This record gives sequence, C-alpha cells and structure tokens, in this order.
Amino acid sequence: MNLSFLEKKNTVAKPGYNRWLFPPAALCIHLSIGQVYAFSVFNLPLSRVVGVSESVSADWELTTIGWIFSTAIFFLGLSAAIGGRWLEKAGPRKAMLASALCFAGGFYVSALGVQLHAIWLVYLGYGVLGGIGLGLGYISPVHTLIDWFPDRPGMATGLAIMGFGGGAMIGSPLAVGLMDYYATPTSVGVANTLLTMGTIYLVFMLIGSALVKIPPKGWLPRGYTPPKTDHALVTTHNVLVSEAVKTPQFYLLWGVLCMNVTAGIGVLGQASVMSQEMFPGRVTVQMAAGFVGLLSLFNMAGRFIWSSASDYLGRKRTYTIYFLLGMVLYALVPTTGQMGSITLFVIGYLVIMSMYGGGFATVPAYLRDLFGTENVGAIHGRLLTAWSVAGILGPVLVNYIREYQINSGVPRVEAYTVTMYIMAGLLVIGLLCNLAVKPVDARYHAKVP
Amino acid sequence: MENSEKSSVPVIKLALSWAIVGIPLLWGVMQTLEKAMLLFQQ
Repeated sequence: MNLSFLEKKNTVAKPGYNRWLFPPAALCIHLSIGQVYAFSVFNLPLSRVVGVSESVSADWELTTIGWIFSTAIFFLGLSAAIGGRWLEKAGPRKAMLASALCFAGGFYVSALGVQLHAIWLVYLGYGVLGGIGLGLGYISPVHTLIDWFPDRPGMATGLAIMGFGGGAMIGSPLAVGLMDYYATPTSVGVANTLLTMGTIYLVFMLIGSALVKIPPKGWLPRGYTPPKTDHALVTTHNVLVSEAVKTPQFYLLWGVLCMNVTAGIGVLGQASVMSQEMFPGRVTVQMAAGFVGLLSLFNMAGRFIWSSASDYLGRKRTYTIYFLLGMVLYALVPTTGQMGSITLFVIGYLVIMSMYGGGFATVPAYLRDLFGTENVGAIHGRLLTAWSVAGILGPVLVNYIREYQINSGVPRVEAYTVTMYIMAGLLVIGLLCNLAVKPVDARYHAKVP
Repeated sequence: MENSEKSSVPVIKLALSWAIVGIPLLWGVMQTLEKAMLLFQQ
C-alpha cells in the first residue's frame, strides 16, 4: 500500500491553494476531540451497565468511572509534550491520522470494555489510547495554522481551539441521542453508542487529515510583509524546543496558562451546584443546566474573540486583561450572592469563562511571538503539561475548600466566598508571571544555516 | 515568497469544507442554546 501521501513533503500546497481551506481541516480534528469535555454524559449510564434500570452492587462506582476522564486528560498532556517533536518532523497529516486512529480506537476498545464489563479496558481505550489521540490532535494543526496566517496567528489558532470548546456541544447531545436510540430493557446502549461515535469521529478526522496542506517554504499571504527585526515581544528568530525549555519565558508562560486554567476549570466543574447553592430556592436544577450551557457557549466564543483581539492588542496586554478583569470578577462573585443578583452572577461568570477559553486559544500565538514559528507545535505540546496540572489543581481546590467550609459550619450560600478569593489570588500569580515576560535572550536563538 | 497566485480552489470546494464543520457546530450551538434558555424560565 502506497502511503507516500502521508509524507510531509507530499502535503505541500500547490500554487493557487486557498489558505481558508485549512481551518476546516483543523476544525474537523478539534470538533471531534473536544468531545472529551462531554464525557460526563456517559457517567450515569456507565454506572448502570449491569443493573440497567438502576445501579446494582456489581456495577461500577461513579468514582471508578471518574478516572476514565482523568486518565484521558493526563495522557493528553503527556502525548502533547512527547509527541510535539515528532509532529514537527512528520507533519500535520501524519499526526492527524495518528490522532484519528488513536481517538477512534479508544472508543472501540472502550465499547469492548463496556460489553465485557472490564473497566481496565475502558481505561486503556478511552483513557490511554483516546488520551494520546487527544494530545496529538490538539497540537497537530497549530504550527500549520500559524504558517498559513502569519498576519493573524491569534485569529487562526483561536478558530481551531474554538472547535475544541464546541466539540462538547456536539458530543453531548449526540451521545444522549444515540444512547436513547440503542437503549433496550436489557442494555443501557453505551457500547453501541461508543462504536457509532468512534466511527463518526474516525470519518470526520480522516476528512480533516485529507484536507491538510502545508504552505511552501517562505510562502507569505498577498500584501503581508513580515517584520525584518524583532519588535517588542515578537521575535523574527526561532528557538529549538530543547532550548525553549531552558528559558525563563517558557516557565512564566507555563505559570500564566496554569493559573488561568486552574481558576476557570474548577468553577466550570462546579457551576451547576454552585449556582443552586448560592441562590437557594431561586435557581432550579433546570436553570443550573441552562447556566452550564451558557458557560460552554461563552467558553467557546471567547476562544475565537479574545484570541483574534490579541492580534491587535498584543498577547501580553491580552493576558493582563484576562488576569486583572478576572481578579475583579472573582472577587465580586460573593458580593453578587449577598446581593441576591442572579443576573450579575451570571454575567460575571460568562465573562470569566470567555477569558478561560481565551487563555487556551491565545497561548500558541504568544509562544510564536516569543520563540518563533519553526518549533511552535513542539513547544506548545510541552506547555500543555500546565493544563494537566491545572486539571487536577482547579477541581481539587474548589471541591475541597467548599467541603471544608461546609464541614466547619459555614452556610452553603457562603461556602464559595473563600474559594473565589483564592481564585482571584491565583490570577494575581498569573498576572505577575505575565508581567515578568521579556523577549527571549539571543543566546537561545537557533543558528540560521 | 509572496503569494502572487490567484486562488484556483473552486468556491464550491471551499463552501463544502466549511459546511462539513459548520453544520455540526451550528447544530451543537442550537442544542446548547435551547438548554441555556432554561435559565430564563422562572
């Protein structure tokens, strides 16, 4: 079988290629892998695989099931960090294909695991295999998007990473609809749903992989003149990934991403319960679900809007806005609860969530500004370990502090006050990291051959 | 190397590529908006 079409050199675009064909290719990948944020829709059905109508003693506990998502996010960070260098050599088409096979393969192995009621197979499938697909898929279009859109890198990466936010909006109703369709009196329908979704995502991601083209060396969009010399924080040089991780800038950006994500992710996971507890008797379960839906929309929209705005504002200034505005809003959230204003509470969180998404989407362009375009995919992969850490830190902070407060006799309505102030404090750390970012020292620049 | 070529990609191919990703995304957004509307039903 001739697989030469996968080679990086065979994916170079011919003259006349329209660069606007590339974002749909990137979106095919990100809309698929973004499904991971909707994995929680499987939690309850997975806890009733044996009992079907209700959970029985042979069924998996929710805590056991919770590890599927955590494993997937862990392997996302790991594979992005390790696979980044391979991606730079192999090119985006091969990486997207590998991502598609791993992600869809994860669904298939998990379906077998559900059918055999073997949790280790589900961990191995969706957690390990699927997680590797997530990591490779997440970083695969970033470098190429920046190459195609050197004039608007924030907008371009924001468009793809917006897809990751939007993936859950497709994955959640799709999974619910399929489970309803496949459910019988003797089955919750999860195994068949996983098989079907795996196939849908495989086809979708293969389309993305087939559409991918990289620009010829030195290609520039018509009318765009790249800067000849370094300008403020935007370099014209390139830094190797092995050198980038030796610079203070890498760790400062790691801190920036980690703090921004920690603050947002903890709240996102608790949004439903928090809104009901802060406004007892006024926010119903259905309204809380609506609130979570709105947060997802703003999380997705923020990825595109803020990241696009960063092309004009500059990355450092954009993150300064995230942190300053975020600090004020987090600090004001308890006051909105005391005032009993659901409207102000909702508006505050919608802005916070838009900046949470924006933080994810703006970071590839920030890396490109500081370290150059050449190795941005690999450096971005390494930086995503900050996400893995934040994914654990955020929920743990919110959940444990809330629990501690309630156990100490604090009324539920006030149980989030300290947490919100801590979140504001985390953003102060992020702000300080961001303000400390300076151009990368010339000794780290790669030698031009 | 500046791109001096005019795009030779047919508009239909471009529209189709965007439709492949745009239609599912729009469906997902509509589903989410429907859910979000519950917030305003007191």
